[in-house]
Amino acid sequence: MLKDLVTPENANVFVGKLGDILEKAIDKPLGYAINWGRIWSLWPVHIETACCSVEFGAASSPRYDVERFGIIEAFGSLRQCDLIVVQGTITRKMAPRLRLVYDQMPEPKYVIAMGACAITGGLYFDSYNVLPGIDGVIPVDVYVPGCPPRPETLIQGCMLLQEKIKRMKARKFV
Amino acid sequence: MTAELPPGLALQKVDERIMTLNVGPQHPGSGHMRIVVQIDGDYIVACDPDPGYVHRGEEKMAEYRNYITNIPHLERPVIHDSCNVLYPYVLGAEEILGIEVSERAKYVRVIASELNRCIYTMYWLAIYGIFLGHSTMFMWPAGDRELLIDLMEKMTGARVTHAHFVPGGVRNDLPPNFEDVCLRQVNYFEKRIKEYAAVFYDNPILISRTRDTGVLSRQDAIRLGTTGSVLRASGVDYDLRVKEPYDVYDELDVHTNVMKEGDSYARSRVPWLDMMESCNIIRQALQKMPKSGSVRTKLKPNPKTKGPETVYKRVESGRGSLGCYIVSDGKPEPYRVKMSVGSFRNLIALPYLLKGEKLGNMPSVYWSLNYWPVEADR
Amino acid sequence: MSSDSEKPTADAKPEAKPAAKPAPKPAAKKPEEKPVELPAFEKGISDKLVEKFADKVEVAFVKEDRVRINVSKENVHEVAEFVRDGLNYDHVESVTGVDFPADKEIEVVYHIGSYSDSSLGRQILVLATRAPREDNPIPGQDSTKLPSLRDVFYSVEFGEREVFEMLGVYFEGHPDNRRLLLPEDWADLPPLRKDFAIKGR
Repeated sequence: MLKDLVTPENANVFVGKLGDILEKAIDKPLGYAINWGRIWSLWPVHIETACCSVEFGAASSPRYDVERFGIIEAFGSLRQCDLIVVQGTITRKMAPRLRLVYDQMPEPKYVIAMGACAITGGLYFDSYNVLPGIDGVIPVDVYVPGCPPRPETLIQGCMLLQEKIKRMKARKFV
Repeated sequence: MTAELPPGLALQKVDERIMTLNVGPQHPGSGHMRIVVQIDGDYIVACDPDPGYVHRGEEKMAEYRNYITNIPHLERPVIHDSCNVLYPYVLGAEEILGIEVSERAKYVRVIASELNRCIYTMYWLAIYGIFLGHSTMFMWPAGDRELLIDLMEKMTGARVTHAHFVPGGVRNDLPPNFEDVCLRQVNYFEKRIKEYAAVFYDNPILISRTRDTGVLSRQDAIRLGTTGSVLRASGVDYDLRVKEPYDVYDELDVHTNVMKEGDSYARSRVPWLDMMESCNIIRQALQKMPKSGSVRTKLKPNPKTKGPETVYKRVESGRGSLGCYIVSDGKPEPYRVKMSVGSFRNLIALPYLLKGEKLGNMPSVYWSLNYWPVEADR
Repeated sequence: MSSDSEKPTADAKPEAKPAAKPAPKPAAKKPEEKPVELPAFEKGISDKLVEKFADKVEVAFVKEDRVRINVSKENVHEVAEFVRDGLNYDHVESVTGVDFPADKEIEVVYHIGSYSDSSLGRQILVLATRAPREDNPIPGQDSTKLPSLRDVFYSVEFGEREVFEMLGVYFEGHPDNRRLLLPEDWADLPPLRKDFAIKGR
């Protein structure tokens, strides 16, 4: 009967279904393990957009040291990164580049909007060259208010993101 | 055989060897800007800086706000040097509004501006360290500058964006016991930055990477109109705190640090020497400062101007001379505010310095220009 | 040229003359009231300029450390050359464009300083000139043009590029009149013109 069922034509469909069943069985523990791995090694991409990068730098400094919370210092290659911290104002010239960077990053990817400018345009609400928030460009996970936010605030934002990842479905990206 | 290959694979003529490379805006060695370089093998043949990624239209916004409400956004170009970047604007606004500043406020301004210069330079030094792959030189300055940030926080209430200078003085008086704490911290800070010589400035690796790269001769430095540490590293003795003393700098003894070489090493060393000079200035200012008195001439919320006028004020910031040209037409809002910033003026030197350099030297030359892209874009 | 018309009315006395028309109201008032207390060194600079160019140069004000002259756009290159060669100024600190829709003119202001001459260390020579303004600008192709000073002062290169994109003043003779700060697809009015209104204001 199995021989009738599994013909060379539908063999891979069958294997795929089997894989799904298997995955469902171990979804919870596996998902937890995957999320645990993601939480403690968030790699922010090295893209500065405005003046909040000063406080982002301060957050990596010895006094605040985000690395102990699993946020690694900004890193060069965006192919290895899974977090964008949008550090402040996005201008009209920068917006396409931000989207380009976001598109090149592998899944899963998370976005923290840091500073009032990244959230709503902030102090530059009436400037001709500043976007009123980055929501129209990329989806945002966590908003960190402040102008600029203190490093502690940024760290809290990162921890909120970790909480969020913990509750996310890991399988969506597997 | 060669002719049949697609053009990309075929051997190319000599002049087609030149490749155009985009560095930035997402690049660990570029900051908030793009540098288009043309390279022949490892050597840069041409370079075209492309700033403007943080152009926020500050000058246009300034035309819609009055002289007081302009303060917060005009300090945003360099938030870690926010006292200095606001200084020329405040000096100009005082002249236009016709306000006198008390002696004590002037000293408080000098102290705040020198502390800010150190905070800026330490951040710059930290990034310079990380550009050269020297992690210790990121950690040390980034940690030590927090000491001075604490001082500024005590003085103004904010970590980086102080908005402390206002036309008519400073916003708040010094907190009680500030002088002693400031003196102690500054003394410790000076002792601490002297230790950087052993790990960074006398480091043979740093010297071999930055000596004789990106040499800017004295004539070129003058001709290109560079300013600040770039100018002084090329042997020009020019510091506005000495040449055109504003506020109370003429009562203080300011020494200008000049180096002759004009290479990346000299440009990275001059700001470090300037920080020690800043410590000296702070100590002198703390000693000479009147111990009590008003620090602020109160203004009405929408102060009246004296009448149509143009002023151009300049101060020495962490990145060099910083000018502010204000055109007033008698209304409460300025007619035009133009900031002539050090970063923008130093940027012009980049194509000249990079020509003929190796691509690997680009980050060290670029960041040695004491350049802060957000300020250049305004 | 509208900027020419004021020339004959202006006399050559450096200190006493308010800028009849070219200087906006800003520059005009001060010097006239008390022409006596002019600082000597700065007066010497303006005297040299007036001696050389007579009525081509109009001194708007002589203040402490600042001398401002207004020059028509035909003469600005010549005056700048003299400022460099005869007066030892060697670099331009900033190039500013100011829009005056009422006068139908755009003013371009050069702040010129000197590093090599230590006696000029605290001096700034303000060289102002004016270009005609058009209500519907086509940057680069309309009559809003000025001669570039880039061959005189090298340091104006980026400054003039900035003024071109921000106010639409085309600098003839500038080798590189590309866009600098604005986005590549900017198709609106030059933003620092007064008739470019920002949203919500």
